[in-house]
Amino acid sequence: MKIIALDSSGLVASVAVLEDGTLLAEYSVNYKKTHSQTLLPMLDEIVRMTELDKSSIDAIAVAAGPGSFTGLRIGSATAKGLGLALGKPIIEVPTLAGMAYNMPYTSGLVCPVMDARRQQVYNGIYKFDGAVLKTIIDQRPIAAADLIRELNEMDPELTRAGVIFLGDGSYVVEPYAKENLKIPFSFAPAHLARQRAGAVGALAMQLFKQGKYVRAEEHAPIYLRKSQAEQERERALGNQNTEC
Amino acid sequence: MAHTDILAIESSCDETAAAVVRDGREVLSNVIYTQIAMHTVYGGVVPELASRAHIEKINYVVQKALDDAGKTLDDIDAVAVTYGPGLVGALLVGVAEAKAIAWAADKPLIGVHHIEGHICANYIEHPDLKPPYLGLIVSGGHTHLIIVEDWAKFRILGRTVDDAAGEAFDKVARAIGLGYPGGPKIDKVSKEGNPNAIVFPKAKVNGSEYNFSFSGLKSAVLNYFNHAQMTGEEVNKADLAASFQKCVVDVLCEHTVQAAKEHDIKEVALAGGVASNSALRAGLAEACEKNGLHLFVPSPVYCTDNAVMIGVAAFHEYEAGTRSGWDLNAVPNLKLGER
Repeated sequence: MKIIALDSSGLVASVAVLEDGTLLAEYSVNYKKTHSQTLLPMLDEIVRMTELDKSSIDAIAVAAGPGSFTGLRIGSATAKGLGLALGKPIIEVPTLAGMAYNMPYTSGLVCPVMDARRQQVYNGIYKFDGAVLKTIIDQRPIAAADLIRELNEMDPELTRAGVIFLGDGSYVVEPYAKENLKIPFSFAPAHLARQRAGAVGALAMQLFKQGKYVRAEEHAPIYLRKSQAEQERERALGNQNTEC
Repeated sequence: MAHTDILAIESSCDETAAAVVRDGREVLSNVIYTQIAMHTVYGGVVPELASRAHIEKINYVVQKALDDAGKTLDDIDAVAVTYGPGLVGALLVGVAEAKAIAWAADKPLIGVHHIEGHICANYIEHPDLKPPYLGLIVSGGHTHLIIVEDWAKFRILGRTVDDAAGEAFDKVARAIGLGYPGGPKIDKVSKEGNPNAIVFPKAKVNGSEYNFSFSGLKSAVLNYFNHAQMTGEEVNKADLAASFQKCVVDVLCEHTVQAAKEHDIKEVALAGGVASNSALRAGLAEACEKNGLHLFVPSPVYCTDNAVMIGVAAFHEYEAGTRSGWDLNAVPNLKLGER
């Protein structure tokens, strides 16, 4: 089974090709250049390098969200275009689970964090049983301060081996952790600390075997947040209702 | 003779559209999913919501365009997409989708300028229209007076220095309580009004004598309306709308006729969403008739945003050898004639 994997949810653009248990190629760029200009040329490069026959691809995996709204849509539209042209399904990998999958065999909690601005992060809390990823708390937006409080209040059985943070939200969380976190914590090293399409693809292999995939036309990003216009409108309508 | 069939995608604003066009003339399919209803409650296009709707609908729209044309990707010679100008998030959906389709299907990719598309909409129904001719593009985002020197060569004579004409329609309609989208609402209510009831001042515009300005006119209309409301005068909205509309139509017609005379051009093509406005169609037809000019106007369905026009423009670019790379990006403020 062959999979193309894409992650453009954050600053990193990352693409990979996997065949069963093998990562054939992976290309990641963490540089301020728009994903629209980098993602497809990167994919083209690794497909040519591995002399891959595009029609032999079985599915397209994509980091489906959360993340930068525009970044997510570039990844999603690319995946959908590939799915349409190749007639293949899309495996939607939750961005934070994909990031956590960088760190199998970790004994402590794995806590990926993405900068969601205004001292908030997108985060999920995960634990590994060997190479098997278990979701303790599903991905959501949360204030950095609240995340630290939540970790402090968790079952000591879960937090005994500490927690490791990764992702571009580490800078947001770090001062709060230093100030208040009562369990041992650390930050992932450079090569594991960001989105990687290899991890997205490897997790996608497992999801695919569980039948968790969608038709390309059905896929849309998981934003986890409404647009500002919708939020403002709901607030306005809410205010009206309380006045009535 | 072998045909050239182009799959075209357009997502620059609030319509998700795809089409298959043969040889730049023949429409094999034309699929448009409009988001107008979704944006109406906000009184205008919300860019983030537009982008979200595009990504949800795009594969259905593209697949339907292929199915309606009775084609598979194997039959397609090139994939074309609008890459600017427009809303960046909205454009990016179509651009990423088109790139991925072209790449996966091993087809050439052609990035198309949205305004070039609007002008080319005229070729669908008017096979006798050939460059050089004068183009007037009027929409919610653009107001351009251009000379089409060759199939894929344009010279801008004048453009709006502030609001686009369609934008002024939307803003005036919203302010006087007609709702969104403003163009069709003003068009409709104006039919019951007197276009000579109120005389608004004409704007003086810096730069090219063919430039337009609609911001001052819009303010004049709003001031008139607000003043009347404050003093408790009853405003005849039909008269107000008709007088405003006449002002817009007059300046568009005057500039077009003057440019045709100066450049000794006998053919004029109208394009863009506002080209479906009945007063503009009638006004320009009358002005052209009076001055011995031949006017071309697309059917309303090809005036508002659609992918057929992108497929037509792409055909001429394809013939000229234009090909885009896999790094094609959305360019929200893309200028006409730039690549």
